[in-house]
Amino acid sequence: MAGLTLERVVKTFGPHRALDDVSLDVRDGEFIAILGPSGCGKTTLLRQVAGFDTLDAGRIAIGGETMSRPGAHVPPERRRIGIVFQSYALWPHMSVAENVAYGLAVAGVPPAERARRVAAALEQVELGGFGGRRPALLSGGQRQRVALARCLVTAPSLVLLDEPLANLDVHLRASMEEEFARFHARAGPTMVYITHDQREAMALADRIAVMDHGRLLQVATPSQLYREPGDATVAAFIGAGIVVPVRVQEADGQGACRVELFGSTLRMRCPAHTRAGPAEACLRAHDLRVVAEGAGGFAVQVERAIYQGGHFRLELRSVAAPAVRLHLSAPEPFAAPRDGRLAIQATDGWVIPARAAVTPMRLVSNPAGPAGSPVSGDEDDACHAAPR
Amino acid sequence: MASLPGRRERAEEQALLCALVAAVGLLALVPLLRLLLESLAPGGNWSTAALQRVAAQPATWTATAHSLVTAFGGTLLATAIGATVALVVSLTDVRARNAYVFCFVMPLLLAPQVVALAWLQMVGPSSTLLRMVGLAPPLGSRNPLYSAWGIMLLLGVQYAPLVFLTLRAGLRTLPQELIEAGLAGGARPLVVVRTIVLPLMTPPLVAGIALTFVSCLGNFGIPAFLGIPGGYLVLPTLIYQRIAGLGPGVLSEVAVLSMLSGGIAVAGIVLQDVMVRRRDFRIVTAAGVARPFELRGARLPVELTLWTLTGAVLVLPVLALALTSLVPAVGVTLSSASATLDNYRFVLVEHDAAKRAFRNSFGLSAGAAIAIVALAVPLAYFVVWRRSPLLRVVNLIAELPYALPGVVLAIAAILLFLKPLPLVHVSLYNTVWIILFCYLARFLVLGLRPVASGYLQLDRTLEEAAQITGARLLRRLRTVILPLVAPAAAAGALLIFLTAFNELTVSALLWSSGAETLGVTVFSFQQGGDTPYAAALAMLTVVVSVALMLATLLVSTRLPRGVLPWQD
Repeated sequence: MAGLTLERVVKTFGPHRALDDVSLDVRDGEFIAILGPSGCGKTTLLRQVAGFDTLDAGRIAIGGETMSRPGAHVPPERRRIGIVFQSYALWPHMSVAENVAYGLAVAGVPPAERARRVAAALEQVELGGFGGRRPALLSGGQRQRVALARCLVTAPSLVLLDEPLANLDVHLRASMEEEFARFHARAGPTMVYITHDQREAMALADRIAVMDHGRLLQVATPSQLYREPGDATVAAFIGAGIVVPVRVQEADGQGACRVELFGSTLRMRCPAHTRAGPAEACLRAHDLRVVAEGAGGFAVQVERAIYQGGHFRLELRSVAAPAVRLHLSAPEPFAAPRDGRLAIQATDGWVIPARAAVTPMRLVSNPAGPAGSPVSGDEDDACHAAPR
Repeated sequence: MASLPGRRERAEEQALLCALVAAVGLLALVPLLRLLLESLAPGGNWSTAALQRVAAQPATWTATAHSLVTAFGGTLLATAIGATVALVVSLTDVRARNAYVFCFVMPLLLAPQVVALAWLQMVGPSSTLLRMVGLAPPLGSRNPLYSAWGIMLLLGVQYAPLVFLTLRAGLRTLPQELIEAGLAGGARPLVVVRTIVLPLMTPPLVAGIALTFVSCLGNFGIPAFLGIPGGYLVLPTLIYQRIAGLGPGVLSEVAVLSMLSGGIAVAGIVLQDVMVRRRDFRIVTAAGVARPFELRGARLPVELTLWTLTGAVLVLPVLALALTSLVPAVGVTLSSASATLDNYRFVLVEHDAAKRAFRNSFGLSAGAAIAIVALAVPLAYFVVWRRSPLLRVVNLIAELPYALPGVVLAIAAILLFLKPLPLVHVSLYNTVWIILFCYLARFLVLGLRPVASGYLQLDRTLEEAAQITGARLLRRLRTVILPLVAPAAAAGALLIFLTAFNELTVSALLWSSGAETLGVTVFSFQQGGDTPYAAALAMLTVVVSVALMLATLLVSTRLPRGVLPWQD
């Protein structure tokens, strides 16, 4: 059993809170991706789990056993986990086979069995026969496979992967993704995969934990994350969502509601507890289409039309709230009207759940809303919809 | 706290750390504390009697004045030469830079006493070289180097590479855009150097000057060869004469004298710190290789000047030394008929003390190099990668024995080991072991610095990858870390070996019959008037040193950058 539990973990570097009250439960055998922009704290999180750093508050447990808490710390060499490093971290003075065999030698596995397991591990990553080579003579993809073999040879029940594909060519990534997926399916360890690439995270993970500024914003399946983002930052970050201010007119308490969007009215999906009033909604570009004037859409101004082969990406501003930017894909042929005015209609959307704190009000363009004036200060840059 | 697993790992690391801290403390701090105690409380009783006696002797203040004068003069000359050469080599397009740096830095790696001996053979009435070309002054006339001016000249020549190396390291980090911006603003190259380059290079320049000043102050070989014959004593030679003439009975007085010379050195270091701290020298742009000034027509003359300078300060003296090593006796004119290898045969085969000196110096240098590297690899691991605050302090303490004049450490070691060691009742005094102790203390930092820079250039995930497989610290050190820092460690070991092999300052005060070093033997031959023997022995050390330096060039691609001073 090697589930991973983080309870209210805090790590500060001087005034900077690198991990801010992070709680996460990873089930045994689950493949979880930690997704976030660089500097969001995801590598700090990985180093905490591995035990390379001590924490300031909270608790980390692996397989139910406490590994870190303030003032107590199990060293990395006793945590029995595996890591695949972004830099591969292959030892240049050892051959490929020696690299892979190292962990077995440390564990006291007899030489004959060691050789057998090393050969099997190299076979698994399709590097049979490469055992005698030096890491320096391998390509990037081969090195990453050696690193994977070194990690899987000891059959750890928890494996951490720190942006393992970041240093690889685009065409190599797909085959390595497949490698990771196969490894997970076969050996079944709990895997924690650190990445800034949401495509990678969605392709691989059972669940994705989105991080920003040292906080966990949402932990959900890839589909949930895309369809039902938990806040505006996640909505804007995942799949380049469009965040717009709406007014909920009526909610049925079962996940559907009627909202007003820039004067147009439509049905959207929403959390069950949604109540009437101002809110934010997440729209997807493929849910927007150009309609005839007066056909129930809302007015937008075309800022740019970028040809992308077979279709145009239209970048738009709402006429009612010029600070709100939208984009959609219009099929060829497309000709923008002379005045740049279009009417568009949304066919679907998700009302972002209201948070107790800052988030609900900051996107409302009308300051006369019930919660008072818009809050400025710590808005996220990823959220382009916020009027300033 | 102890309820979580991993106690054994923590205990192992704590034990290693404590052992390292204890070793550095024993080598670097204990002798200096013992010295401090002796000068304030001779024989264990608080007393200012020794202090007053020393202060009342006019020789104290004469030697102090001489020390300051020669150190200032030597530093001035070293700065003028070293800074000029660093600027020319770094900022212009002179050719054959690597070869030039190799030659220019060499005097630093040859021992001061060898440089002094070589220069004495180049000028003066007994110069074999001058006699061959008929330019020798009449016999009996005084060698012009036996003077304060001679000492300053040689100190300047010896330590110009120190200023060069620190300034050159700084110039490497100077972004080319800063110079180009000045040129684009219409400034002429010399104006750019004066108004942009030199102001930005103040910290390395000042550091180099301070280092040179402290080195001049602690130098023993040059004032011993040039000052003692003319009765011009500086603090290290005064201390040497007191100890050599009167024995350990004057230890408390000598302790005060060495505290005095240590105090002046510390003042120099503190002054440097104050000077650099006043202004903001941070360079913000990314580093670029700055070599912007094309010399065009002036290139050949500049190159000729550089090589002439090196020819005059290095090649000619060594040539003179080589010629003297071939004459059968002082004063004999060298010709193809009179040339002989007898001097070499004598020092290599016949003279027992010289043979012992070879053995001792080889053994001491190799032993010190290996032991220091064995200490430096784990120590630098904690200093660089673990960044424990305690280790920061330990790192500073390790610098002390090298920064302070060598006589300070030597006197401290005498005080520490004059009586047999407690408990085991073994006396290190009058054995090679006391010299080894001093070498370990004094050259520790020579091993620590390259190894630390080796760690800085390594990716620490290489260690973490081993750690995560369950390998404990000692195993990681052995199987992963040591092989990775081995090139840097080898460079450090070589630097220690070369320095210790040519060492005189410490062993001049600590040697005894049976525990001679090469430096001491050269010094004895010269003092006894056996200059050809001294020259032959010195030539042998030159050959060994140069051969080792050249050998490193063959493996230079495997060594970390900026570790060996003679590699540009």
